[in-house]
Amino acid sequence: MKSVINWLKKVSKKPLFLPLVSVFLVLVINLVYDAIQGNYVFEFLKFELKEGALYGRIIDILNRGSEAAILAIGMTLVVSSSAGTDISVGSVMSLAGSLCCMLLAGFGVTHVRELGELQMPIFVGVIAGIAVAGLCGLFNGFLVAKMKIQPMVATLIFFTAGRAIGLLLTNNKMVYIHLEQFKVFGGKLWIFPTPTVIAAACILVMAIILKTTSLGMYVQSVGINPKASRIAGINSVAIILLCYVICGLFSGVAGIVATSRIYSADSNNIGLNLELDAILAVALGGNSLGGGRFNLAGSIIGAYTIQAITTTMYALGVAKAQAPVYKAIIVILIVVVQSPAVKAYFAHRKAQKEGGLAVAGRS
Amino acid sequence: MEKNNMNKKKNINSHSILLLITVGLFILLYAAGYFMYGFGANAKGFEKLQNFLDIFRTNAALICIACGMTCVMLTGGIDISVGSLVAMDCMILSVGMENSGISPTLLVPFVLLIGIVFGAVQGYLIGYLGIQPFIVTMAGMFFARGMTAMICTDQVNITVDNWFKQVAGIKVYMPFELGAVVNKRGVKMVPYVNIPVIIALVVVVLVFLMLRYTRTGRSMYAVGGNQQSAALMGLNTKRTKMITYILSSFLCSIGGVLYCMNTMCGTTTQALGLEMKAISSAVIGGTLLTGGVGNVFGSFVGVLINGTINSLVSFNGELTRLGGTVPNVVSAFLLFVFIMLQAVFAKLRERKQ
Repeated sequence: MKSVINWLKKVSKKPLFLPLVSVFLVLVINLVYDAIQGNYVFEFLKFELKEGALYGRIIDILNRGSEAAILAIGMTLVVSSSAGTDISVGSVMSLAGSLCCMLLAGFGVTHVRELGELQMPIFVGVIAGIAVAGLCGLFNGFLVAKMKIQPMVATLIFFTAGRAIGLLLTNNKMVYIHLEQFKVFGGKLWIFPTPTVIAAACILVMAIILKTTSLGMYVQSVGINPKASRIAGINSVAIILLCYVICGLFSGVAGIVATSRIYSADSNNIGLNLELDAILAVALGGNSLGGGRFNLAGSIIGAYTIQAITTTMYALGVAKAQAPVYKAIIVILIVVVQSPAVKAYFAHRKAQKEGGLAVAGRS
Repeated sequence: MEKNNMNKKKNINSHSILLLITVGLFILLYAAGYFMYGFGANAKGFEKLQNFLDIFRTNAALICIACGMTCVMLTGGIDISVGSLVAMDCMILSVGMENSGISPTLLVPFVLLIGIVFGAVQGYLIGYLGIQPFIVTMAGMFFARGMTAMICTDQVNITVDNWFKQVAGIKVYMPFELGAVVNKRGVKMVPYVNIPVIIALVVVVLVFLMLRYTRTGRSMYAVGGNQQSAALMGLNTKRTKMITYILSSFLCSIGGVLYCMNTMCGTTTQALGLEMKAISSAVIGGTLLTGGVGNVFGSFVGVLINGTINSLVSFNGELTRLGGTVPNVVSAFLLFVFIMLQAVFAKLRERKQ
């Protein structure tokens, strides 16, 4: 019995403990719900092949959560290196999608139905979209790293302007690209949903970069103390700049995925409030929003947890507009448990208890 | 000691320069509008005093909210829940009056009370539990927006005739018929404001006095300037933070009532993005997000600048045809200019020291 408690104590100190517990809780809620409803108990985990594509609730979560997961990668680096958040990612996503569609369809054209109507190859449009997002990241990074402006204020500029510029590019209209070749980014690749594959690729690329280079260590050291890292010979300005550029590029990728999903540039809605999800994912992943040490896996699990919560809520019959209430309560519960004051309180209680026991043992 | 004092003086000077720049920019912007749309042959009405007062009328709620936001930013925090809270307030007011037939005499104090409770919860989590303001107020934002939808998902228009509606309809004319013009039909038009504007102006003055002369107000500056020194000086930093968030949500609720008086309806998508407008107004007005520096008057001018930009764009036919997003681009650009100015001043100050 005691060894189990000790093991639990040890495990609960691991960085991935919190995100995994959140996932587990969501899973249990789903199981209980299905059991009550009289469905197959593991309905949540069940997936099958339907019309040549994987189908099931868990697949849906992996599919729908892709954008947040892709954004969470960049956001983790930004939070870690600059102790601030990039609130422009949602807007930049929309800008990337709008630019891509505008380039493909031509300015002012609202519908593209045949391959011949395209103004340029699809990959050029996609790369341009991702590139412009990277430029936005560069701009944000310049303001934060070089001009020493608070990240939230610096990114507020593109938060306001990104979506608006996107609307100007598309002439205030929805631009539809009804082409299978374009829909593929938000559709399916063989039997897998493409967004999931793209998210997996992004995670893999980032993981390889972090494993093979010392970028991760540099980022953390800059986040913990920029001055000390500069004295130790790390170019902290360049590191922060790089983090923002990476974050921008990933928001571009997420923007293309989101655009392709609805095969249209809907500047008003693409990536709406997704910056909040991305930041939440980072916090849920056990990362401090105050910068410093980071855990990429935690952030990604956090992103999928948020999606799992959302999907579960829809499955439980919560209306879309009301879902934020439950999300808010869950977020508050999780951060309260993580908060230093509560941790200190429990440590104090434990110390008191042990002290009491020691006294009792002596007498 | 002497040198320290001098440095302090320089600090204060460079901050008041930021405020001066804000005021100067506002005058410049307005003068530009005056010459473009209010002068000679192409006069479209920008020169009228009524147009100036309309900026106040449309932004009365934002003025209130920006005051609260300034206080929060002074302590080094941020409150992004304000837009959703305004939506929730409007929804409670309209559903209460229209569907349930409750008197506004009960509803308005109830909404203000909700603001205080909402702020107290956020303030407790931020001040006493030490959770990041951004995360807490983001949860508050989700909560309030979701609650709005829980109360009602449709748009509810207030049609009931009660004192709330009557107060909203009162026109307060300028004294001595200042700026009165005779229109084409020969009717004399005296410029007017409405009750929300007067409430908003009173709020600005009260918050200004509070920040300057009361213990609470000065501790807000101290906590934002350097939390550790403030704590060592014996200030209760936790309580100060909590009070700040209560104040912000309370002012936001007043803003919500004013907003409802202007729109006379409640919808789930109301006041979307209002928090960012409030933040950018405060930043344009010279409040630093790092805390400790700022002024309610600056934020007030910041709101006016945002309002003037919107007014200018609406006067320009070509820009209006491009769509409603142009003011966003222009105000983002202005925000950029201001942030750069702030950064340059911060660098200059560093060099001096």
